[in-house]
Amino acid sequence: MARIEFKNVSHSFEIAEGKEKLEWAVKDMNIAWEDGTANALLGPSGCGKTTMLNIISGLLTPSKGKVYIDGKDVTELSTRERHISQVFQFPVIYDSMNVYNNLAFPLINVNLPKSKIKKKVMKIAKILGLIDYLEAPSSKLNSAEKQKVSLGRGIVRDDTVGILLDEPLTVIDPKMRGELRRQLKIIQRELNITAIYVTHDQHEALTFADKVAVVKDGRLVQIGSPHDLYSNPESPFVGYFIGSPGMNILDAKLKGSTLSLNDFKIELTKDIADKIGIKNDECQLGIRPEEIISSREKTAGTIPFEVAIIENMGSYKILTLIKKNGSDRDLRIKTRVDINIFVSKGDIVYLKFPEKYLKIFKDNHKIY
Amino acid sequence: MKNRAWYFVIPMMILMSIGAFLPLMVVVNYSQHYIFAGSAATYVGLENFVEVLHDSQFRGAVSRQFIFTFMILLIEIPLGIIVALALPKKGFWVAPCLVLLGIPLLIPYNVVGIIWRLFTQSDIGVIPKIFELLGGYYNVTLDSFDAASTILLLDVWHWTPLVVLLAYAGLQAIPDAYYQAAAIDGANSWRTFRFVTLPKLRSVLTLGILLRLMDSFKIYSEPLLLTGGGPGTATTYLSLFVARKAESYELGYASAASLIYFFIVLVMSYIAFQIITRIGKGGKVE
Repeated sequence: MARIEFKNVSHSFEIAEGKEKLEWAVKDMNIAWEDGTANALLGPSGCGKTTMLNIISGLLTPSKGKVYIDGKDVTELSTRERHISQVFQFPVIYDSMNVYNNLAFPLINVNLPKSKIKKKVMKIAKILGLIDYLEAPSSKLNSAEKQKVSLGRGIVRDDTVGILLDEPLTVIDPKMRGELRRQLKIIQRELNITAIYVTHDQHEALTFADKVAVVKDGRLVQIGSPHDLYSNPESPFVGYFIGSPGMNILDAKLKGSTLSLNDFKIELTKDIADKIGIKNDECQLGIRPEEIISSREKTAGTIPFEVAIIENMGSYKILTLIKKNGSDRDLRIKTRVDINIFVSKGDIVYLKFPEKYLKIFKDNHKIY
Repeated sequence: MKNRAWYFVIPMMILMSIGAFLPLMVVVNYSQHYIFAGSAATYVGLENFVEVLHDSQFRGAVSRQFIFTFMILLIEIPLGIIVALALPKKGFWVAPCLVLLGIPLLIPYNVVGIIWRLFTQSDIGVIPKIFELLGGYYNVTLDSFDAASTILLLDVWHWTPLVVLLAYAGLQAIPDAYYQAAAIDGANSWRTFRFVTLPKLRSVLTLGILLRLMDSFKIYSEPLLLTGGGPGTATTYLSLFVARKAESYELGYASAASLIYFFIVLVMSYIAFQIITRIGKGGKVE
C-alpha cells in the first residue's frame, strides 16, 4: 500500500520517434494518489489517461518529470520493481492454464514455496468468489470472471502497492457490469489498497472513486470528490463532462447585476453580483438540467422556450429546448423533467433558473 | 432435402467423387487382386495387405519415413518460431525479409530437387567442394548418412519459411496487453514465451504441424531427383517405395501399400491434432 505521486510529469510519444514537432500526451502533471484510497482518472478518449497509467506502472518512462511511490523516486525502475499491478481494458488471462495457476502465476514467478502459494491463492479466490472455478480452464470463463482473474493476479502478491484499472468494464456484459463494479469497490475497501481507475464513463468513476481527477488533453482539469465535481465544477468542461446530460453552458453578458442572454435577462441579487469578480464583461452561465425548474404555466420571472427534442429515459425525460430569436444563434438548453409531464414537440415550456444553482465561468474558470 | 442450398453443392460433390472418391475405390479394388500386366486379375482378398505388412522393405520404408517426419517437425517448428521471433515487427525491413523467406516456397518441388542435385553433385557441386576444402568427405550417391541428411536439409530449407510465415502472422496478432501483464506479473522472458507467446500461437502452430506432418509424409520429387531413393534404400521413403512397386507392375501390392500408407497419414494427423488441442486445458489443483 502506498502513496503514488507525479511531479511535473510530461510525456510525448514523438520524442521516441525522433520527430521535431511534439505533441504532449501528458503535460506538466502534478498529482498524488493517497495511500489506500479509491481514485479515478476521468476524461474523454485520447486524453492521456492510459498513458498516465502506463507511466505509473512503468510500462512507459515519462519524457520529463518524476514518479514517486511512498516518497521514493521510481521513475527509472522496471514494472516488476515497482510492485504495481494493472488490469487491462480486455481481460488478460493465461489461457493455457487453469484459474488456480493463473492466480498463482505471479507467485510462482518469484519462486514462493508451494504451500504459501496455495494459501494466498485460496484467500484471493475467496475474496473474488472464484473458489468454485479454480480447476476450470481459464479460457472457459465469461468475461467478468476473466476480469476478476486478472485482478486477482494483481492483488495476490503481498507487496502490491497499488492497482491500476484501465477501463476494466468496457468488454463486460452490461448485466454483469454493475455487479463487478460493486465488487471492485468492495475489494478495494477490504484490502485497503490504493486503486486508480481509468475510465471515460463518469458513472463508473463517480461510483467507484472517493477522489476523481478529470483529465483533458493531457492536463489535469480538476480533482475532487464526486460531489465536488458535480456541484462545484471549476470549468465549463468539467460541468459539461460530469452529469448526464451535462451542465448547460450558455454564453452571457454581465452588466452590473444583470445577466443578458440571447433575448432575455436574469437579475442577480446584489450579494451574488458582489461576489463575482467581474462587472461588465462576457461570461458563461452554467446550470444543470436537473436544477432548472420547468413548467407549462407562465409565472413571474419565467422564460418561455420551445420544445425541440424529447428523450424518454424511463423514470424521467430530457427535454431539449430551443429559443429562436430570428438570429442564427439559437439558444439550446436541456432540462430534466418528471416522466408525468406530457409535452410534445413545438410546445412552449416556461423555465426558471434558481439563483443558488447558477455557476458563472469566465475564460474557462469558475468565477462564481 | 429441405435446404435448397444443397442443390448448389451437388455439382461439386459429383466432381469431388470423380476426383477423389472413385480413384480411391479403384485402389481399394486393386488392393484385393493379383494383377499381372496384360492378363486378368485374380481376387485374393486381404493377401496383399498381409504380404505388405510382412515385407521388410516396406517396414524399412515406414521406419525411415517416421524418422524423417519426426526430424522434420523437430527442426522446422522450433526453427520457424525462432526465426519468426527474430524478424522485425514493423518498419522498412519487414517486406524484404518476408519476400526473401517466401522465395523457397515459390519453387516447384522438382526444381528444388534439381537445384539441390546441382549443389550436391560430386564433381561440380558446391557442397562436396566445401567439404573437400575443410578436409572432410561428402558424397550423396555413396554415403547413406550424407544422402538422408541432405534430403532433410533440403526440406528444412524448402519448408521452414512456411512455419515462419505462419508463426509470424500469429505473433503479430498477440495484443501488447498480454506482454504488459506478464511484465507486471514478473514473468521472465522464458515464462513469458511459454505462457503467453506459445499458447497464443497454438492455432497457427497446429496448422503448421499438421501441414508439415502430412506433407513430409508425402515427400517424393526431391529424393527421386536427388538420390533416386539411394544409396541402397537409404532415402526410399514411403511414396517412393509405393511408386517403385507400381512401376514394376505389382499393382495389387502397390495398392495395398498405398492404402496402408494413406491410413498411417490419417492416423498420425489425427493423433497430432488431438495431442496439440489437449495440451494445457484446465487441470487439477496440486
